[in-house]
Amino acid sequence: MAKTMETTTGATNVSTVTMGKALNLALHDALQNDSRVLIFGEDVGKLGGVFRVTDGLQDEFGAERVFDTPLAEATIAATALGLAMKGFRPVAEMQFDAFSYPSFQQVTSNIAKYHTRTGGACNMQLVIRIPYGGNIGAIEQHSESPETYYIHTAGLKVVTPSTPADAYALLTAAIADPDPVIFLEPKSRYWMRQEIALPMPPAALDKARIAREGSDATVIAYGPTVQTALAAAEQAAAEGTSLEVIDLRSLSPLDMETISASVRKTRRAVVVHEAPVFMGLGAEIAARVMHDLFDVLAAPVERIGNATIPYPPARVEKLFLPDADRILEAVDRTREY
Amino acid sequence: MAKALDTKDAREAKPPRGSADSSNNSGDSIAAMLDANGVLTAEAERAANISDEELRTLYRLMVVSRRLDQEGLNLQRQGELGLWGPYAGHEAAQVGAAMAMAPTDWIFPYYRDFAMAVCRGIDPGAIMTIFRGLTHGAWNPNEYRFAPFIIPVGTQVPHAVGFALGCKLDHDDTAVLVGFGEGATSTGDWHEAMNFAAVFNVPLVFLCENNQWAISVPMRQQVSGRIADRAAGYGFPGVRVDGTDVLTVYAVVRAAADRARRGEGPYLVEALTYRTQAHTTSDDPTRYRTEADVEPWKSKDPIRRCAERLQARNAFDDAFAQAVSEEAEQRALAMRQHLLSAQTPHPASAFDLVFANPPESLLREKAEFIEALEPERGE
Repeated sequence: MAKTMETTTGATNVSTVTMGKALNLALHDALQNDSRVLIFGEDVGKLGGVFRVTDGLQDEFGAERVFDTPLAEATIAATALGLAMKGFRPVAEMQFDAFSYPSFQQVTSNIAKYHTRTGGACNMQLVIRIPYGGNIGAIEQHSESPETYYIHTAGLKVVTPSTPADAYALLTAAIADPDPVIFLEPKSRYWMRQEIALPMPPAALDKARIAREGSDATVIAYGPTVQTALAAAEQAAAEGTSLEVIDLRSLSPLDMETISASVRKTRRAVVVHEAPVFMGLGAEIAARVMHDLFDVLAAPVERIGNATIPYPPARVEKLFLPDADRILEAVDRTREY
Repeated sequence: MAKALDTKDAREAKPPRGSADSSNNSGDSIAAMLDANGVLTAEAERAANISDEELRTLYRLMVVSRRLDQEGLNLQRQGELGLWGPYAGHEAAQVGAAMAMAPTDWIFPYYRDFAMAVCRGIDPGAIMTIFRGLTHGAWNPNEYRFAPFIIPVGTQVPHAVGFALGCKLDHDDTAVLVGFGEGATSTGDWHEAMNFAAVFNVPLVFLCENNQWAISVPMRQQVSGRIADRAAGYGFPGVRVDGTDVLTVYAVVRAAADRARRGEGPYLVEALTYRTQAHTTSDDPTRYRTEADVEPWKSKDPIRRCAERLQARNAFDDAFAQAVSEEAEQRALAMRQHLLSAQTPHPASAFDLVFANPPESLLREKAEFIEALEPERGE
């Protein structure tokens, strides 16, 4: 990204930030630009969240706009619904992936269906932020990838960034969107650094991006696995293989145009996620690619993800997480088919 | 005046020391409005200053609601509705509570709160389209300040907390009422909502319409102790009232809403009544209770009790009763006509309401659906 830029509003502010800080800046700017934005959840106030994503926000914007709630995820989600009906723009935090499950009924039965249930009269303009994914050496229930649960529910938009810049741009867009957005934050990438320039326009909530261009095979990744895929592509390049890497950004809806255009070119696809392969997002992508590009494909779509087991203990988690080697082996299978 | 509640369940549920019907709130002025049976005292009635005309309005709305409920049953039996959930016996609780709220206040109902919707001016024929299977949402909540019926039991309760929190943050002098049955008080969402409401001190009146049956499970197997007492555990007051006396419900909920608007926080009203009908038309109460169980509650019919109150005030005569009865007949007929003339929506309209800002992929899915549909429809 350019060091300096001029916009019509003046000089941009360029700095190198972590993804956690980029999210913090997006929340900060949303609070500043829209007086209806509220932030709440467990420990988001004085502590600034267990990952410090809300650090300093209560100090700056006050305890009426950034506040701690009792420890009860269902009612955190339900409170967001009620506040959205009142015309606020709630941004609720679930502390960890598996801790979002108590809110599942509120999200799936009420938040996702409320627009339909009110004949379109009530927008559910709210965001539920959920840190997700493993690879941080954590105890049970702190490393899960629950995206399929949310993707499978009509009425929700589900997005996940893979870079600090996208973290800012996607969260800004999610808060501004009139529909409920499940915002999945890849917690193993909270500390990833990137230079970003603010102000930054919001990202589209339904578009994937090409993270690296290539021609021999397409690796489709999102959230925490994008950097892994890029590392694999780097290695492959050294061995003379050109991988295209797609960063989905939006998990629902799915940007099939970008996927199809890429696979039409490379004729090979590998989907990579931390979630279990069984009924993971890779299953939908593989089915769609198979249906839409049956005559183009040179090999079956490969999927990489977790085994059909509860997320493993930290000391062995790396054996189950996608890494560059597993991606390259899958690419080889598509090339040797 | 009302007799003591006299079912087995009610006896079992009486507080150990019997008299005061407050839940551990000696300083609660609302509890002080009630006698040992949870009925408004004569003194409190005078202080509440509820006019004959107000009481006649409550009577009228209850009679209309009863007739609409009967028409709902008729329509279901005639195959015009997929399902009907009768609310006979709930009229005092629903009409009393809904009319106690200011027009600017909000109501978050549960699925049986049909009479509340009627009180809010929502067309009954439109509401019925939900039970005919034409729509999931029949009114604009913002227009009537009346949230949609929520089917998953208890999950609407924390919605009301969130909304009431918004009212508090907006300083807009709005109180919120949330309705639920006694079965809902077993759900985690209900307990979480009670706690959040107390911690955030929101302007919310919790109304438990305790009809003593959660489908087939009786109150004594649902709740140990009294629901009203549970408020104290969360740090705010609650009372059990005679939920078949509309005047009591009206006065108590009005006082609780005023209290909420003054910034004094949430309040729990447990309105004890009885579900004299089946849970829904799909239910068969003969499998779990007898006529003898229901019989004692027939003497506590909310409409008859309201008529008695009006008679005691010399505010009830045959002409009034006749006029109300005729209005109820007319409204039942209008509801039937509205319902039967309601058009089946184009099936593809189901795609239109999913999002405010639908993604292109959904619009394409809709187009594909229509394309697959149209040849069969001959369009």
